[in-house]
Amino acid sequence: MIANFGYKDGSGEFFITIDTDKCNGCEDCIPVCPAGILEVVENEYDPLEDDKMAVVKEEHRKKIKYSCAPCKSGNDSSKEPCIAACELEAITHSW
Amino acid sequence: MAKEFWRWKEYNWKSDKIDWKSGTTISAGVDVGSVSSQAVILVDGELYAYSNMRTGSDSPMSAQNAMNWALEDTDLKLEDIHYKVGTGYGRVNVPFANKTITEIACHARGANFMYGNTVRTLIDMGGQDCKAIQCDERGKVVNFLMNDKCAAGTGRGMEVFADLLSLSIEDVGELSFDIDEEPEPVSSTCVIFAKSEATGLLRQGWPKNKVLAAYSSAMAHRVVALLERIDVQKDFVITGGIAKNIGVVNRLQKEIGIETLKTDYDTQIAGALGAALFGKVLAEKARK
Repeated sequence: MIANFGYKDGSGEFFITIDTDKCNGCEDCIPVCPAGILEVVENEYDPLEDDKMAVVKEEHRKKIKYSCAPCKSGNDSSKEPCIAACELEAITHSW
Repeated sequence: MAKEFWRWKEYNWKSDKIDWKSGTTISAGVDVGSVSSQAVILVDGELYAYSNMRTGSDSPMSAQNAMNWALEDTDLKLEDIHYKVGTGYGRVNVPFANKTITEIACHARGANFMYGNTVRTLIDMGGQDCKAIQCDERGKVVNFLMNDKCAAGTGRGMEVFADLLSLSIEDVGELSFDIDEEPEPVSSTCVIFAKSEATGLLRQGWPKNKVLAAYSSAMAHRVVALLERIDVQKDFVITGGIAKNIGVVNRLQKEIGIETLKTDYDTQIAGALGAALFGKVLAEKARK
């Protein structure tokens, strides 16, 4: 499953996408996020299975533009910490 | 008191064909939404009873009221229901729920039941938000997306417009086609901005229906923007209250060039129905 967390507004599209076919719930992305917006929970989009997945915490979903801002500044082309930490390449950002 | 044009009909329904006593698994789903709440009761996965009403300011109470109303004409009691699932915005506030499940999963499951297993893309156009969901033939979510932060272009917005124009919410869909030519959409779907823009148009002398058309097409347009990030595959359906508004639905169909499937079920119960369907499986699992 492709889970898009975030929103689109007048200033752009701000989505963090988790590919659950790749994400194994390893939690490597959790400690590297300075804003602590990620967590690993049971995949609630498939209530009949018990698999785990990383999600953007509910309280950050409508403000990730701001929550993620510390990792977005500058022209540095290196990856955001959460994307870099994910060996399975399950995390992508839309902006 | 002035007429409340936004007020849609609340109702409950019960099947005459099903006797719950002959069923082995009775499950229920309660969807406490931002604007409306529904409770659905299934007997062995068959639709037995449901209710659809406005959500009050007290979420646990709304869940309870919806459930009580669905039970009203049945001799079934809450304790007789083997598994109860809460969903929707207020899902954490369903006091009697055995489990809560996100409405995204429930809508996909509910649409699969209502429209058949050919559904691949659905949009839930609810009271305060809009979700685009892709699912597989079992109603399992494969991709989903929520709309942006505000309630622009959702059911509540249409209610505000019904009130502004003094037209009944149940008629606005039809009336939005009773126009000479299709106007440009209003420039904003933000309820507040759109309302002041519409007021301006009314004062300029636009007929009500034309203003309605302009808002309906702005709403449709906004959903199309949401769908850009997700590939719309057939069959395509709409759930939620706005699915009943042909003014928005037809304009949306035209804009994306895909027809939506129709259903005899009440499109507002999709979430609660999905929750009850999950409840059935979970009850059976618990028994094993």
